[in-house]
Amino acid sequence: MLINCPYCGPRDVIEFTYQGDGNRERPQAASQNLDAWNAYVYDRLNPAGDHNEIWQHSGGCRAHLRVVRNTLTHEISSTAFAHGGHKSAARHKAEGKS
Amino acid sequence: MVERQSPLEPVLHAGSHGNFEHGVDIILSETQPGSIVQLAAWPGEEKKLISCIRTVTGLALPDGAGGGSTDGVRSVFGFASGKFTVVDEAEGLASAFAGVVTPAIGTVTDLSHGRTAIRIAGPKAEWVLAKFFAIDFALPAFPVGAGRSTVHHDIFAQIQRTGADQFDIYVFRSFARSFWKALCHASEEVGYEVQ
Ligand SMILES: [Zn+2]
Repeated sequence: MLINCPYCGPRDVIEFTYQGDGNRERPQAASQNLDAWNAYVYDRLNPAGDHNEIWQHSGGCRAHLRVVRNTLTHEISSTAFAHGGHKSAARHKAEGKS
Repeated sequence: MVERQSPLEPVLHAGSHGNFEHGVDIILSETQPGSIVQLAAWPGEEKKLISCIRTVTGLALPDGAGGGSTDGVRSVFGFASGKFTVVDEAEGLASAFAGVVTPAIGTVTDLSHGRTAIRIAGPKAEWVLAKFFAIDFALPAFPVGAGRSTVHHDIFAQIQRTGADQFDIYVFRSFARSFWKALCHASEEVGYEVQ
């Protein structure tokens, strides 16, 4: 599996660390909304297909990346720096829930 | 000044080794630069940081990720977005940068005692490095002056190509001896000389 880092170019997956589901939205630290915390900790879309993920190029430039990976084929259809936002994460979540 | 000791000292044996009856195709050495400095620009301040690098070292950075240059005494290369490694044979580079890189531009981290610089040169340098790292070492993909951040098992490495068949590898000092031994083993088949 190759991940195309926006800085380093295509690199082997051994250089990367999976940082979890990229669809989650962390509540504010002081939030007492238990449903929001429950969703953040437990709710996963678990799709058979494209999935928003956070990966870190830990064995390279060390940037955190937004990656869309197909869970059936491991095909990676997009990569981008995590900072600077990633609007499609919210879109995928909405689609998954509908 | 306290005299710096090399972590390679117990395992660095000058001379020819391995399969060298037909000549050596690899030369290994420790470059022992006086300064190794890491610079990071805040978002949007990259151009100012690049001009600071030019002011202090006289080196101009080419555009693009991983771009770099070297004049044989000083070297610079990008290793991440807005981040650069700068190396000088002389000591004092960190304080020189501290004078021009203001807190509004970015940060200066002195790694002179934290990294060990290993040089691998010779016609089989690409061949030997390709056994370690899953990146493209061919000259068109990895031009002279350019830098790459990568990893060999858990040993993080920054590599700068400083010649057509020469690479400088910066590894954590605490891993340097183990990495050096691995480089020696990998070079045995082509014959290597330690300088
Ligand atoms: Zn990267």
